Amino acid sequence: MSEYIWLIPCFPAVGFLINGLLGKKLPKAVVSWVGCLSVFFSFVCSAVLFFELLRLAPEARIIEKDVFDWIVSGEFVTRVGFRIDPLSIVMCLVVSGVGFLIHVYSVGYMHDDPGYSRYFTYLNLFVFMMLILVTANNLLLMFVGWEGVGLCSYLLIGFWFEKDSASNAGKKAFIVNRIGDYGFLVGIFLLFVSLGTKGVWTLNFSELERNANLLSESLTALITLLFFIGATGKSAQIPLYVWLPDAMEGPTPVSALIHAATMVTAGVYMIARLNFLYSMAPEIMFIVALVGVLTAMFAASIGFAQYDIKRVLAYSTISQLGYMFVGVGVGAYAAGIFHLMTHAFFKALLFLGAGSVMHALAGELDMRKMGGLKKYLPTTHWTFLVACLAIAGIPGLSGFFSKDEILWKAFLFPHAGVLIYIIGLVTAGMTAFYMFRLLFNTFYGKERLDEEVKHHVHESPKVMTIPLIILAILSIVGGYVGIPHALGGGAHFEKFLEPVFRGVSQKADYHHSLVVEIGLMVLSVIVALIGIYVAYVYFLKKPDLSEKFVKKHEKLYKTVHNKYFVDEIYGFLFVDNLLRVGRFLKNVIDEAIIDGIVNGLGYFMRGLGGILRFLQSGYVQAYAFSMIVGAIVVVGYLLVKVIP
Amino acid sequence: MDVKFPVDELILIAPEIILCGFGLLLLLIEVFLKTKSKSFLGILTLVSAGSALVFVLKLSSFSTDLFFGLYSLDSLGSLTKGLILVMLILVVIMSLRYVEREEVISGEYYPLLLFSTLGMMIMVSSKNLLTIFVGLELMSLSIYILVGLFRDNLKAAEASLKYFLLGAFASAFLVYGIALLYGSTGSLDIKGYLEVIAKGDTSTVLIIGVALIAVGFAFKIALVPFHMWTPDVYEGAPTSITAFMAAGVKSAAFVTFLRVFYTAFLPLIKQWGDILWLLAVITMSYANLTALVQQNIKRMLAYSSIAHAGYILVAFVTGEKILSSSIIYYLVAYTFMNVGAFSCVILMGRKGEENLDIDSYAGLSARHPFVAFCLTIFLLSLTGVPPLAGFMAKFYVFSTAIKAGYVWLAIIGVLNSVVAAYYYLRVIMYMYFRDPVKEIGRIDLSPSYILVSLICIFFLIYTGILPRELMLLAEGAVSVFF
Amino acid sequence: MVEFSYNLYLLLSAILFTIGAVGVITRRNGIIVFMCIELMLNAANLAFISATGIHKGLEGMIFVFFVMTVAAAEAAVGLAIFVMIFRLRGTISVDQMNLLKG
Repeated sequence: MSEYIWLIPCFPAVGFLINGLLGKKLPKAVVSWVGCLSVFFSFVCSAVLFFELLRLAPEARIIEKDVFDWIVSGEFVTRVGFRIDPLSIVMCLVVSGVGFLIHVYSVGYMHDDPGYSRYFTYLNLFVFMMLILVTANNLLLMFVGWEGVGLCSYLLIGFWFEKDSASNAGKKAFIVNRIGDYGFLVGIFLLFVSLGTKGVWTLNFSELERNANLLSESLTALITLLFFIGATGKSAQIPLYVWLPDAMEGPTPVSALIHAATMVTAGVYMIARLNFLYSMAPEIMFIVALVGVLTAMFAASIGFAQYDIKRVLAYSTISQLGYMFVGVGVGAYAAGIFHLMTHAFFKALLFLGAGSVMHALAGELDMRKMGGLKKYLPTTHWTFLVACLAIAGIPGLSGFFSKDEILWKAFLFPHAGVLIYIIGLVTAGMTAFYMFRLLFNTFYGKERLDEEVKHHVHESPKVMTIPLIILAILSIVGGYVGIPHALGGGAHFEKFLEPVFRGVSQKADYHHSLVVEIGLMVLSVIVALIGIYVAYVYFLKKPDLSEKFVKKHEKLYKTVHNKYFVDEIYGFLFVDNLLRVGRFLKNVIDEAIIDGIVNGLGYFMRGLGGILRFLQSGYVQAYAFSMIVGAIVVVGYLLVKVIP
Repeated sequence: MDVKFPVDELILIAPEIILCGFGLLLLLIEVFLKTKSKSFLGILTLVSAGSALVFVLKLSSFSTDLFFGLYSLDSLGSLTKGLILVMLILVVIMSLRYVEREEVISGEYYPLLLFSTLGMMIMVSSKNLLTIFVGLELMSLSIYILVGLFRDNLKAAEASLKYFLLGAFASAFLVYGIALLYGSTGSLDIKGYLEVIAKGDTSTVLIIGVALIAVGFAFKIALVPFHMWTPDVYEGAPTSITAFMAAGVKSAAFVTFLRVFYTAFLPLIKQWGDILWLLAVITMSYANLTALVQQNIKRMLAYSSIAHAGYILVAFVTGEKILSSSIIYYLVAYTFMNVGAFSCVILMGRKGEENLDIDSYAGLSARHPFVAFCLTIFLLSLTGVPPLAGFMAKFYVFSTAIKAGYVWLAIIGVLNSVVAAYYYLRVIMYMYFRDPVKEIGRIDLSPSYILVSLICIFFLIYTGILPRELMLLAEGAVSVFF
Repeated sequence: MVEFSYNLYLLLSAILFTIGAVGVITRRNGIIVFMCIELMLNAANLAFISATGIHKGLEGMIFVFFVMTVAAAEAAVGLAIFVMIFRLRGTISVDQMNLLKG
């Protein structure tokens, strides 16, 4: 099987081609089967490879396979090649597994959409690109995947492009991502050149790792910083997070797959993949952790004051991504990836649950017009509840293990670790609060539904609820692969990933006190419970309390509700000024000066051509004459040159 | 002297024998055929070209001198022969329909194509100037006739006359050059010259001889100022023959030019390098500027082919043996894009109404999206847009120039490509963004044209994205210079 | 006895070649233009033959035969073309052929 790693991304590519080329002519059932099965086959391949990896000794768990030479230039060869190691196989399983469930869910969700085949085409293309991203064995191919998923994200956010808001959101996502990609690309160039001048022209991960010690400290810092800029774009961190909430304009399964479970975690994956570089730049790691934790808190606070359920989830995603960055930032790569995985389960579940609610309420997103849905949507309700408990960090569910792992490792982080821990802890409480605010407002309490909607509230079809149930189970048990030693577990997940982060993982053994670790766990559980309780009091027990609160602190509330006016500030600072510069460049520099010169040259050239064509008189003897002149010149010149 | 004819070497020239035999056979068969069934001859031509190609491939691993050094078999020759045969096959495929459409009554069309191809093959696989001369003349004489094959067409007749007179004129230069070389060295074998020159024996007569040979080849590959026949002949000739000339004659002549100069006269590179440098610049600039104002697409492509010869010359003047593989790569890519472009030009016409004016192409994308698409690919490749082979070809050629220190030449080349982009893209602009100006009637979308276009497109995209294999082949071919 | 002088023969052939070349660009009649080209080829033949005198090889002479053959073939093709032109236009004056230009 290891010979056929390329099959993993290959299946969705085939699905993409079939649906893309023939989709319009095929019946819907065929489109659905092709779309779902192609991803399912990838999942099966990944699973087979996973077990093959398990059979190998931990140090030998790297399978690399080059498929063909891609770019060859002098000493530099970049191949299209794939690499399977514990890190990438985890990503493959998550991407294809969760991806498959979401594909199945989409069959029900998108059933009546006129762009059905187009939707599956894009979705398959996305999975293809995402798998390329996580299995690539060199930076360049990874960048192809990176840009590819960006493209798919753009296409899917603007899927309903007739809507102005959707196409604008697509553009916003694309442009903001470009800023990050620019950093990423410059980082690749810099890395390539600085290693190249040392004699190593390569972009292959293993070779980079072997030769990373050739880089000077300051260069490494700059390179990793540039890569991190790329990560902030794709993974929606401060300051480039602004596109993700708008990205909710896309179909909800897309939000679940791309903007929660997989694509947005690409930045985390990238940092984990380049761990050998980051470990050489501790300052940058600190920045990563700091940005992560600040983003986590900042986004969580915005989540307090949103009414659009998908937007709440979007801010929650940003916040959780912040946690993952804290994880990789403090050197606990395994913990970061662990949270990435569990987050993929419960966040996909939350989004799909939200989708199910929308499906039932004819597209309603405002939680003020919901309430009491529990009895109409029982399956959606209990799965949603599981997800909320998981994200809040209630013991026994997956989110608890992964989040606590990160917090614990942050606590141990020597540079301002305690500060990061405290912010993270507070954020955990905030998370519990706004998630339960969402849950209570949606499923409990008074029914605030519109009358006409109320008549056809219905539970979603099986094809949608079954993925919900599977994801709910995963949200519960997903954490059991990584129960820490402190709780008597085996920390299998960390051990499995260890070969990838060998030698660079945080040296966590110092004053490893069991009491402290368990104490901190209890503390975070208490914080989460407080969050839930506050939400319970404010939104279920005494709903008027929250209204009073809002009235009392109206200014603060408005600020938060409007996302601290960040969009407006960006608009004022960057967009307007850029537009002004752009207009100047267009009107003055481009149209007047450059076009003037270019057009002038063009007219001049044409004029010259018009004159030259008269040399071509049509008379054969003139042609012969020109040949004789040419011959005399050639002969004469050579004679002068050779015989002095 | 007891010399035995080396009979066992005959098998090694099987491709040539096949072409010759089939050419004669076709002439015979033609007499007994009714005029309607000309396509039978075409099929036979395809068969012969195909089997010759098979033999060329089989023999491609051989590298030896035959017939007392008059003929040779080597990788450069084999690759070029393969290219020429593929080109012949493409031209014959499109001719199947074209000949029928234009109601060519003379049956010599296919035999002459075969003989001309035979001439090219002889020309590219010899190190002896006598054989090269014979091959060149066989190629040229056949084409003089092919150009004037539409006997009632004034333009074709005039093109034929011009090509004939100027071609013979250029041959005279070539022969005189050979005579002078022979006079000063006593050899007709190009390796013999190398020995003489290596000794530092460069008499005036030898230099004049070299210069005159260069003139003879410059005519065939249409370098300014020896190019003036090109636009007229390309315009007047039947379009399939134009494709044949643009791709085949140019490739064969270039390879022979390359072989002669890189084998024998490299020690004199300092001298002829400069003059060819100048020729390259004049050729590119003149051709591109004149192409800007052409309204006839065949004429425009003719000037474009002159310009491409200039680009190839850029790599030629460097005198770097290793880097000359870029020339071979360029020729291969150039062959496919030109044959493809001309097949689209043929497609646009009907009997008596060729629709060569660029106005005819206005709004083509709406009426015939497939044709517009194909032509767009070919024009983009000619422009040198990635990921098409034309881009890689230009890239290799210009990087050759830069590696050899001719940075200015590369810059001039790139600037010229920019100028060239104008007239290529203009056609695309007409096809996609203009409303139709005139009625061009129904287009004959015969499978033969479509097949040719698709083959060419496939090849251009394939070698554009994965240039490695072709580049390795080209490197193998130029290894004969070491 | 006059000594064999390659250079003198070469000079003669060069003169013949030049006369031919000048003829090609000055004469109007197509056939005469073509004959001037033949003259140039014969100048080459003369150069070959005289070169054989100093190199004592046969190759030069053999080449002459090939040139003559090619010249004959050219004449055949050329005359056919002239006939075609004459049939179409009633003249073989080369300065009247300028349909194709620009």
